[in-house]
Amino acid sequence: MGTFIDEFGTIWGAFLATLSLTVVSGALALVWGTLLAVMRVSPVGPLRTFGTGYVELVRNTPLTVMFFFWVFVAPSIGFVPPLGFWIAVIAMTLYTSSFVCEALRSGVNSVGVGQAEAARSIGLTFGQTLSQVVLPQAWRTAIPPLISVLIAHTKNTSVAAGFAYFELVASMQRLTNKHPADGIVIFFGIGLMYLVITIPLGLLAARIERKVAFAR
Amino acid sequence: MSGSILYDAPGPRAKRLDRTLNIVFSLVFVAVVAWIGYSFWQRDIFNDRWAVLWEGARGQTPADVWGSLARGLGRTLLAAGIAAPIAMLIGGGIAIIRRGARSRWVSVPPTVLTELARGLPVLLLMFLAKLVFGWPFLWSVVFGLVVYNAAVVAEILRAGLAALPKGQREAGLSIGLSTMRTTLIIELPQAVRIMLPALISQLVVLLKDTSLGFIIAYEELLRTMKLNSEFFGSESRIVFFTVGAGIYILINMSVSRLATFVERRLREGGGGKGIEPPEIGPAGPIPQSGVGGPAREEGAHAGDPVFGAGRRPESRPIPQRRPGDDEGERRRQAYLGDPTAQSLRHNTRTGDSR
Repeated sequence: MGTFIDEFGTIWGAFLATLSLTVVSGALALVWGTLLAVMRVSPVGPLRTFGTGYVELVRNTPLTVMFFFWVFVAPSIGFVPPLGFWIAVIAMTLYTSSFVCEALRSGVNSVGVGQAEAARSIGLTFGQTLSQVVLPQAWRTAIPPLISVLIAHTKNTSVAAGFAYFELVASMQRLTNKHPADGIVIFFGIGLMYLVITIPLGLLAARIERKVAFAR
Repeated sequence: MSGSILYDAPGPRAKRLDRTLNIVFSLVFVAVVAWIGYSFWQRDIFNDRWAVLWEGARGQTPADVWGSLARGLGRTLLAAGIAAPIAMLIGGGIAIIRRGARSRWVSVPPTVLTELARGLPVLLLMFLAKLVFGWPFLWSVVFGLVVYNAAVVAEILRAGLAALPKGQREAGLSIGLSTMRTTLIIELPQAVRIMLPALISQLVVLLKDTSLGFIIAYEELLRTMKLNSEFFGSESRIVFFTVGAGIYILINMSVSRLATFVERRLREGGGGKGIEPPEIGPAGPIPQSGVGGPAREEGAHAGDPVFGAGRRPESRPIPQRRPGDDEGERRRQAYLGDPTAQSLRHNTRTGDSR
C-alpha cells in the first residue's frame, strides 16, 4: 500500500495521460463515426460503399495492428506522424470510429418504419427526415451502446503503452520493475484508476437506459 | 436503392441527382485512389521489395519466409485455441453459479469478479501475469485472454438465461431437479443456442486480442511480422505488414461471417437440430395471425423472437442485412421489445466491441 501512495505522483500523471488520450480520441471518434454512419445510411452509393468497406476493414483489424501501421509502416511510405500522443490519437480515433458508426447505425435502424414513412408522407426530404424525425429518436437507442463503445475505448487506450506513450499500463510496467515485491498492489492500484473511469460510465449507461425504457 | 426506410423510391429528379452524386463521388474516390497509387509509385513502393515473398532475400528462400509467418500465425492460433475453451468453460460455470445459487453468499462473489474483470484492460492482465507472477509469454497471453473473455462469456450467457421463458425453469423445478441442475441441463443448452452468434462474435474479439501479445513480446503473428521486417530491412516493412494485416482481416472476417450466418439461421427458425419451438397451445398449431395482426401471446414458443418469426408484427422494419450486422442487429432487436431486451440492456459494460 505504501508503494502505491509513494508513487501516486507517477500514477496520477499516467492517469491524466490515459484520460487525455481517451477524451481527445473519443471526441474525434464520435465526430468521424457520426460522419461514417451518415455515409452508411445515405442514398449515395459510393459513400455507402466507402462507409461499409471502412467499417468492415477496421472492425476486423486488431488495434495493435492499427498502431503498428502508424508507428512502423506509415513512416516508410512517407507519412511521419509525431510519435507518442498524436500517433495514439490517430490510431484510436480511426479504430473507435468504426464502432461508433455501428452503434449509431443500429440506432437509426431501430426507429420504426412508420416514423420515416410519416415524415416522408408530409413531404420532408432525406435530410429533414434524418435530422428532424429519425435522429432524435435514434439517439436515445444509440446512447447505451455508444457508452459501452466508449468504455471499451477507455480500456483500449492501454495498447498505446506498447507504442511509446506513457499511460497507466506503461506506468505499471515501470513501477513493477522498480518495486518487484509490490506487483500486486501496483496492479490493483492501476486497475482502480481504470475503474474510476469505466464504472461511472457504466452507471451512466444504466441510468440513461432506464430513462429511455420509460420514454418508449 | 437499398430499400432503406429513410428515403422513397426516387422520382425522375431524385434519380438525376442520384446519378450526378454517384458520378461525382465515384470520381472523387477514383482520384483519391489514383493519387495514393501515384505517390506510392513515386516513393518506389512498387519496386522489387515485394520479391521477398516469392524469391526470398538475404539467403532466405520464400519457404523460409512463409514458414516463419506460418509459425507466427500458429502461435497466435495456439494462444486463442487454448484461451477460448477455457474461457467458455469458466464463463459457463460462472453463469450457472450465478443463476442456480440459492444464497447470496454464493452468487455475489462471481458477480463482483466478473464486473472487475470486464472493467480492466486485457493488456493490464497480461502484464500482471508476466511481470508479477513471472509466467512465460504464452501463458501470460492466455491468462489475460481467459480472465477477460470468461467474464464476458458469463455475461452473455446470463443475458441468454434471463431471456428464456419462465416456464422452462418452473418445469425443471417441478419435476424435482435442484436449481443448479435445472440451470445446467434445462436452461443452459437453450441459452447457449440463443446466444451462439454473440459467443462467436466474442471469438473475433479474442482473436484480435491475441495481438496484444506483441506488446509483452510473445512471438505471435504481429511480432513475427516485425522480426521479419527487421531482418529484411526497413524497405520490407510494408510488405510484411500487408501480408500480416491481410491474414488477420481474413480470419476475423470469416469468423464474423460465421456469426452472421448462424444468427440468420436461428432467426429464420430453420436452425436444424436441437430445440424446436415447442407448441404449448391446446391442440395443433395455433393459426398464425395475419399481416400486422395481433402477435401471439407469450408462451407460444420458447424464446420466440430468436426461434421463430411468430411474434413480430409485420409492420416493423425488416432491416437490410449486411455482413457484420450482428451486433447492431442484436441491439436493435432488443429495443423492439423482445425478452432478451432487459438482459441486453444491462449488458452495457461488456465492452465487447473491442
